[in-house]
Amino acid sequence: MKAKFLVPLAIFLALAGFLGYGLTLNPSVVPSPLIGKPAPEFRLAKLDAPDERFGVEDMRGEVWLLNVWASWCVSCRAEHPYLVELARSGGVPVIGLNYKDESDAALKWLRDHGNPYVATVTDNDGRVGIEYGVYGTPETFLIDRDGVIRYKHVGPINRDTVRKVLMPMIAELSSAG
Amino acid sequence: MIAELGHFALILALVLSIVQAIVPMVGAAKNRIALMSVGRSAAHGQLLFIVISYVLLTYAFITSDFSVKLAASHSHTQTPLIYKITGVWGNHEGSLLLWAMTLSVWTVAVSIFSRSLPEAFMARVMGVLGWISAGFISFTLFTSNPFERLLPAVAEGRDLNPLLQDPGMIIHPPLLYMGYVGFSVAFAFAIAALLTGRFDAAWARWSRPWTTVAWIFLTAGIAVGSGWAYYELGWGGWWFWDPVENASFMPWLLGTALMHSLAVTEKRGAFRSWTLLLAISTFSMSLLGTFLVRSGVITSVHAFAVDPARGLYILALLVLVIGISLVLFAWRAPKLAGGGSFDLVSRDSSLLANNVLLAVVTGAVLLGTLYPLFMDALNLGKISVGPPYFEAVFVPLMAPVVILMMVGPFVRWKRDGVARIVRKVGPGLLLSVVIGVGWAFAIGHVTWRTVLGLSLAAWVLLASAKLLQERFADRPGTALAVRLRGIPGGWWGMWIAHLGIGIFIIGVTMIGSLESHIDVRMSEGQRAELGGYTFVFRGAKFVEGPNYEAARGLIEVFRGDRPWTTMTPEKRFYVASAMPMTQVSLDIGPFRDLYVSLGDQLDAETWLVNLHIKPFISWIWAGCVLMGLGGIFAASDRRYRRLAERAAPADAARQAG
Repeated sequence: MKAKFLVPLAIFLALAGFLGYGLTLNPSVVPSPLIGKPAPEFRLAKLDAPDERFGVEDMRGEVWLLNVWASWCVSCRAEHPYLVELARSGGVPVIGLNYKDESDAALKWLRDHGNPYVATVTDNDGRVGIEYGVYGTPETFLIDRDGVIRYKHVGPINRDTVRKVLMPMIAELSSAG
Repeated sequence: MIAELGHFALILALVLSIVQAIVPMVGAAKNRIALMSVGRSAAHGQLLFIVISYVLLTYAFITSDFSVKLAASHSHTQTPLIYKITGVWGNHEGSLLLWAMTLSVWTVAVSIFSRSLPEAFMARVMGVLGWISAGFISFTLFTSNPFERLLPAVAEGRDLNPLLQDPGMIIHPPLLYMGYVGFSVAFAFAIAALLTGRFDAAWARWSRPWTTVAWIFLTAGIAVGSGWAYYELGWGGWWFWDPVENASFMPWLLGTALMHSLAVTEKRGAFRSWTLLLAISTFSMSLLGTFLVRSGVITSVHAFAVDPARGLYILALLVLVIGISLVLFAWRAPKLAGGGSFDLVSRDSSLLANNVLLAVVTGAVLLGTLYPLFMDALNLGKISVGPPYFEAVFVPLMAPVVILMMVGPFVRWKRDGVARIVRKVGPGLLLSVVIGVGWAFAIGHVTWRTVLGLSLAAWVLLASAKLLQERFADRPGTALAVRLRGIPGGWWGMWIAHLGIGIFIIGVTMIGSLESHIDVRMSEGQRAELGGYTFVFRGAKFVEGPNYEAARGLIEVFRGDRPWTTMTPEKRFYVASAMPMTQVSLDIGPFRDLYVSLGDQLDAETWLVNLHIKPFISWIWAGCVLMGLGGIFAASDRRYRRLAERAAPADAARQAG
């Protein structure tokens, strides 16, 4: 048996090892050091009104979601109907953080697919994204009345995430105090 | 009762697949004809029971039997009949059943069309296919039972995802699966060859048409999927480098390499172990794609519901099938004799170079797709890899593939001279660059990408013309009809498919360079101009579909002063799933598509309207059609039929003697 004929097998076994390990990981759960910490402050231009600024401070006293999205992100398109549904139900205000995007494209995207956001701020150079430890879009942060991050979801949310995870936590946070 | 019958039929199919996996293998080992032929009968029986099972599941969907969990989650009484039928495969469980049925169809096709092959070889092919089938049917039964009951039944179903309620989605999955699963035939032939140690040109000849047919289906499947994304997702892109798209693209790339490698192995006896390895890897990529889509290790818009048990099962299947094959390869392949020798400058080596490049491209796509997983597993953080990576590696790697693809046919087998080749292709290559630059200036979009794309396209077209001319000049003095008949189907297949790639590149480059769009607020009677067309909004009215409500805009389009067409984009709202959908209206043309979609309603009278002009997008689909057509020509080369007829008496003689 010549060694070079074993190369494909070796490559495959290494790959299979990674795939197996990958099964134990959940790509949507990321241990975030930010949970339980105050949400990093920002004051960014609003997407639809670049002269106005908006920040975490404006949401103090409310339980809200910060959704990191971009018009170039395919998964954002997948979660979008659920965000729209969530916004329509009126349970929680959603703030959009438009991440590394072009404002024209982002505005068009909202017009095309519906706008679930109470406000969207633009983070074109991704600086605020870095402070929030954004790995990729979409990501969703649940922030309480005191501006503390309580939960983080990586990847698209779906009906189950909304019903089984977000809604119960929102209800709990809203009723507390 | 119906669902239980379906379940039972599937269990019977599993039993038969196990019989098919074991008995003919034992027969081949002991040289017992009676046992060997069991494989065929078992395969036929298996197909019968899978079809019964599949039909019964479809019946549950059609009759809206919402005591079947799958139908309750993916169908609705108001869903149009056609989407009740296609809803069967619009989910994980049902699509697995379709996978198993497709494999069974291929197996029976092999058993019918390969009667002329030696019995012992066929027995092993049937055995290998039986193992794969047993793996997938048991996966379906044990982790993803499509017949699971929902008791008590619900009154109404949740409906099929509106994105999937589309003509493109009716044919995309079956075509794709025919392609994916079709590579199992070349795989089974390769394993049978490794097991028997019989690995000569005949092996390659038997595999070629099967591989080509699978490749045709895969090409068509990917093209339809891409077309669906173009008009259904509503923003006019046609390829996103999404992990699941990549999962179908990787077997396509390797399958393309395999087809060409098989050609060399058949004609020249060269690259035998490389061809074997490609046959194994191509099917492995199909399996890997299945794993990626269904295990949840990668986040993707296409991903099915995540369940760790499923992931584990299919990973085990992956390790068994691919692992055993590669062990077999490492054990048997070194014993293969080298085959025909060839010089550095020869058609053989140009094909080898392209093969290696295609394998490298596949590796690069695989790396990009799995990179987030690698980083995560190594604790290096979570990242996502997007289109910029793929475009950055794909374009530079594919450019030499396209150049070589049109140089190769001018080069002689075995040995050729550099000077002769340069004389043949040199002027054409130079002229292509000139055309590419001129073309880019003519359309007023001079970037390196546009110049590269258009030069490559010009090269493919020029070289195709020259190839055709040389082929016709082959036999001077004979009638055109005689010369035409003298050209084998395989040559036409090559010529058409390669031309298709040129057409495809034109489409990709032109749309990347010249695409234009505007978004306008329009109320009744207002007009907008784009690219020489005038769009006049005639208002929107409420329409009711079978399972949705929609606002349908009416837009009259004028070219200059002349009425051109009327377009009716819709904004739909699917009632059962509470999902809004944008239904694009298209005016398809040879040199541009008009693409109109309806944005938000701003007030009672005013709508946002998105107007796009997509130049040359049809050329992308036309390129794919030509590639598929080329495949059809190649697969129907009469040589294969002649060989099949000739092989039969020869085998009979061998067995008699």
